[in-house]
Amino acid sequence: MADTPKPEELSKIDHAPPLMEGWMDVPAEIRPGIYCYGAKAKNLAAVGMPNARDWNPADEDWKLPDNWEQIVEEGMKDRLDKYRSFKLFMDICVRCGACADKCHFFIGSGDPKNMPVMRAELLRSVYRKKFTAAGKILGKIAGARKLTEEVLKEWWTYLYQCTECRRCSVFCPYGIDMAEITIMGRELTNLLGLNIDWIAGPVANCNRTGNHLGIQPHAYKDMIDFFVDEIEEVTGIRVEPDLNRKGAEILFVTPSGDVFADPGTYTAMGYLMLFHYLKSQGLDITWSTYASEGGNFGFFTSHEMAKRLNAKMYAEAKRLGVKWILGGECGHMWRVVHQYMNTWNGPADFLEEPVSPITGTKFETATGTKMVHIIEFTADLMRNNRLKLDPSRNDNLIVTFHDSCNTSRGMGFLEEPRYVIKNVCNNFYEMPPNTIREQTFCCGSGSGLNAGEDMELRMRGGLPRANAVKHVHEKYGVNMLSCICALDRAVLPTSLGYWVPEVAVTGVHEMVANALVFEGEKERTTNLRGEPLPGMEEEE
Amino acid sequence: MASIEFEGKTYNLDEDGFIDDFKNWDEGWMRYVKTQEGIEELTAEHKEVINVLQDYYRKNGIAPMVRILSKVTKFKLKYIYELFPSGPGKGACKMAGLPKPTGCV
Repeated sequence: MADTPKPEELSKIDHAPPLMEGWMDVPAEIRPGIYCYGAKAKNLAAVGMPNARDWNPADEDWKLPDNWEQIVEEGMKDRLDKYRSFKLFMDICVRCGACADKCHFFIGSGDPKNMPVMRAELLRSVYRKKFTAAGKILGKIAGARKLTEEVLKEWWTYLYQCTECRRCSVFCPYGIDMAEITIMGRELTNLLGLNIDWIAGPVANCNRTGNHLGIQPHAYKDMIDFFVDEIEEVTGIRVEPDLNRKGAEILFVTPSGDVFADPGTYTAMGYLMLFHYLKSQGLDITWSTYASEGGNFGFFTSHEMAKRLNAKMYAEAKRLGVKWILGGECGHMWRVVHQYMNTWNGPADFLEEPVSPITGTKFETATGTKMVHIIEFTADLMRNNRLKLDPSRNDNLIVTFHDSCNTSRGMGFLEEPRYVIKNVCNNFYEMPPNTIREQTFCCGSGSGLNAGEDMELRMRGGLPRANAVKHVHEKYGVNMLSCICALDRAVLPTSLGYWVPEVAVTGVHEMVANALVFEGEKERTTNLRGEPLPGMEEEE
Repeated sequence: MASIEFEGKTYNLDEDGFIDDFKNWDEGWMRYVKTQEGIEELTAEHKEVINVLQDYYRKNGIAPMVRILSKVTKFKLKYIYELFPSGPGKGACKMAGLPKPTGCV
């Protein structure tokens, strides 16, 4: 694994406008710290992906099939026929450059091929050569070039340096969705077995065990049991969650990162406590050890794979006979559910339109998918005064909120998380307006790029977000960044630890649970992390 | 796949220097990782951590979450870092022969 340069070094970035002439002939540099390891044979074979073999991106020989160029050409043709958006996005860019400086990877690296317009141009140039008359006849003059092995490697290098966050699309006057282009490009690489292992591994795991980590049912139960004990230690309340209970009204699905990795585990405890609190008000909910993943790394592989993995949640909802599905704090899970699920696996007619059993609120935006994000569910509880809260328990926190790309740009959750946060903590400060809400900066490690070996890339991509965090840290003393995405919780501690080590990371439902006042609870002296509550610090 | 020789035995490694398969783990591997991690002496506490990791892995097919490791061994996370400077994942799991966890972690 490559050593990551120090922040002082990494922040020396040259953004001088590059000379674009001749870019077609500059091959991509596959540099340690920037690329992720190639997908392992066993992980590709486990889900029937083509060209399953062990390969190393740093090697000259990628072990491609002999007819690889034909496969790509046919794959591109199929997709141009099938997805009008792809065809449109290949044709309509006028290279105005509005997107150029909006990408966190360009801001953090200065690499001109990380400008979204250029990333797309890598594919467009080949598209023109193969599918347009001008490109076929005029070649380079018309911005067209042949697909060579060098070009394929360049595609791969930059397609796996895009997190599909769609910030650039917000600024595109044509509304070109760069994520759609990356998704298509990654599909093409997957026809040749060129996924990265950090995506292929979780996909294989999820297909087998129902979650990215490969947690088997008995291990999942063991983790939940651990949380139950921990909650009792802090609150004196023994929560009694159900697993795989047939006939429950609601199925709860959350990213497996929440039950395994800190600080997500505290958010998982938050869900457990909230559900227990609501039991007496009529909440009838079960977890599942089979649909044990909200996230969907299939989405970073191909539409087909995303569809397969997404279907598992609905199959489990059907098996258990629930009415609707409540989902945990996750990002890309919601882009899949909100924008793709209905045409892939929907409509989920066997489920009912979600209605909160506590408040009677109908979640009309979830009529098609029958799946509600927990932040919306909790915001509705608060609006209807169904939770007794003591926000002063979070008074040691000076909080800001990081909008996940997928929940903000992907589904419009801008107000709900802020409303919930303001109900459970007294100190809340926004980051600058051009770094939040629709214009939020990516965590820098999304879309399956959160591996260990591409740490330099992740820190570069994480710089714009961290820079805004640093601003509110210096201006308001912010010491906690909250978010509603498990990938954020997994990667932001690393990125903030690198750029702004004074700021920690939390899920919103961890703060909700800390503020939640239970009947019959013991006097709380610590928060869920075992840290003393404000006013409960022991004398030194 | 890269391989190394240590004390006359060959071990296959993944890109990050983890052993290719838990089945190929032995005490020699532990001594090899010790040299890699800059650990001066393998104490009973190192072995305690390794045993807990391996027991959990045999039962569950996955490494325990860090909080479980900490609770079962009664070692605070900070102390685990003292024992294994690269941390519970890159240090202790590597020495125990466990694969790295994947996904949103």
